[in-house]
Amino acid sequence: MNDTLSKKIEATALEVRRKCLDIAFGMSPKATHFGGALSTVDILATLYFEVMNYDVSNPTWENRDRFFLSKGHSVMGYYATLAKAGFITDEELFTYGQNETFLPGHPVINKEKGIESTNGSLGMGLSVGIGNAIAAKRKNLTFRSYVLMGDGECNEGSVWEAAMAAPHFKLDNLTAIIDRNRFQQTGTGADIMDIGDLREKFSSFGWHALEINGHNVTDILKALNEDSRGKPKAIVAQTIKGKGFSFSEGNNAWHHAVLTKKLYSLGLTECGGDPNADK
Amino acid sequence: MQISSRSVKTWSVIGARPTYGLAVMELAKHREDLMVVTGDVSSSAGLDRFRKTYPEKFVDVGIAEQNMIGVAAGLADNGYNVFTVTFAPFQVLRCLDQIKVDLAYSNIKVTMTGLASGLINGPLGNTHCCIEDVGALRSIPNLTIVSPADGVGIVKAVFASAESDQPIYIRLSGGSNNPIVYHDDIDFQIGKAIEIETGNDLTIFATGTMVFYSLQAAKILAQKGISASVWDMHTIKPIDETALRKAADKNKLIVTVEEHNVFGGLSSAVAEYLSSYKSDSSQLSIGINDFFPKPGDYPFMLKQCGLTPEQIAQNILSSLG
Repeated sequence: MNDTLSKKIEATALEVRRKCLDIAFGMSPKATHFGGALSTVDILATLYFEVMNYDVSNPTWENRDRFFLSKGHSVMGYYATLAKAGFITDEELFTYGQNETFLPGHPVINKEKGIESTNGSLGMGLSVGIGNAIAAKRKNLTFRSYVLMGDGECNEGSVWEAAMAAPHFKLDNLTAIIDRNRFQQTGTGADIMDIGDLREKFSSFGWHALEINGHNVTDILKALNEDSRGKPKAIVAQTIKGKGFSFSEGNNAWHHAVLTKKLYSLGLTECGGDPNADK
Repeated sequence: MQISSRSVKTWSVIGARPTYGLAVMELAKHREDLMVVTGDVSSSAGLDRFRKTYPEKFVDVGIAEQNMIGVAAGLADNGYNVFTVTFAPFQVLRCLDQIKVDLAYSNIKVTMTGLASGLINGPLGNTHCCIEDVGALRSIPNLTIVSPADGVGIVKAVFASAESDQPIYIRLSGGSNNPIVYHDDIDFQIGKAIEIETGNDLTIFATGTMVFYSLQAAKILAQKGISASVWDMHTIKPIDETALRKAADKNKLIVTVEEHNVFGGLSSAVAEYLSSYKSDSSQLSIGINDFFPKPGDYPFMLKQCGLTPEQIAQNILSSLG
């Protein structure tokens, strides 16, 4: 991959981060799920702005690639990405957190707006991705299904029901990406429930499993494009919770926190925006 | 699907589950979009022939009900008319969150089938009996709950469910040699109860296997000069409010009979509606009185729970004073 392409994706990721800042500050003084959203942004940017086939003007196109946000709480990065992609307007984006919004704190299926599934209860997205991947096979469609999961989410037993099923059905049109930020709500994964070597676990279940730096878009792109040799693909993306901002990187207080005016300004500086800009 | 005296007799002899399998087999001839998803129960659901005949319309996810619902949702979202099948406790309780999120909250149409609900699995113990499914599901919005009375009811429910656009649960109860309620075709509409017997003194609303037992109880009552209306409440949600109003306007006693906990099922659905409907009627709820029955065969289970025709009749007589 050439440098120009990675720079382009990185620049887009920065814009998505900027939108996340705006959403979080718009919600202030209420807290938002910030850290787990920021760790996903580079993955989302690579998927939506380079890898996935979709048509914003025809969101229900039968052969579009599907994306499922199984870690539904990291919705801020997802909504920001959908806004950047043109599925939702900025005006709609800033209804996030407001009464009667169609963009609540966990995504609700809304095909017209590019939201493929309802999530929030952890451990469910991979199964829905499998249903889609089986449908594609049976209908001879070429679309791919991408499921973004959390490493904490992999505590859920249902994840492993699905992990067992995908290789059984030989779903080489399915990619699971695990956001391995090593934190969950109340502490580190190692302390709360140590899930060990996720790449090895998926591999032993029969997946083509890779481990990458989830913030290096060159690595992400290479992993997404790699041939999975007839198997479903699992990409364990090593990430940093709260990635992109000095105050939130690796700081689990930002799992769910309030973005103050001061930090908003700092954040804008750090993602190349104007620190003096008001919301 | 052709309903003749011969087919009705066959469905009675083979019972609910194989009848369901035959109905789905027939449905496949009418619906290109049919897809059956099971959790390692194809033989228990009478679906072995289906699996062999239509492998492209069949997905077995193994013993993994949570995954089963998610996979079903994904398939349904791609235009398939999906039926999921497994034993009632696992079809409902093991994957209740998936049912809520993937189907009901998302409003994705899948027909779920709970095999051997109620007490028929008595010898296997309460893990395999299911007296909680209706109660658990009834509190979830966007779901329809159907509980057919016999073979004809099952066939009609399967075809009606395929046409519906809302997630549905079909509750199958009873075993082989299931008694026959309907000898001919019926007008089966989801949400519309069927008045089988018309009487003057009280109204019985029954569901599933209890429809036949209630008809028998009504015969016992008739011998004592009491005439009872008997309705087949094959749809528990949405409940047929018109039928309830009709009964409450007409009779002082309304009886519900179900092979389910008296909490949460038909009894609750009827009581919830009638509690805010002005009438002089009171309700007698006959079902399993919120306990885990001791194991045993089906007749033993029914007797233990007060669900034989004689017990139903006696309970009603006591209530009438």
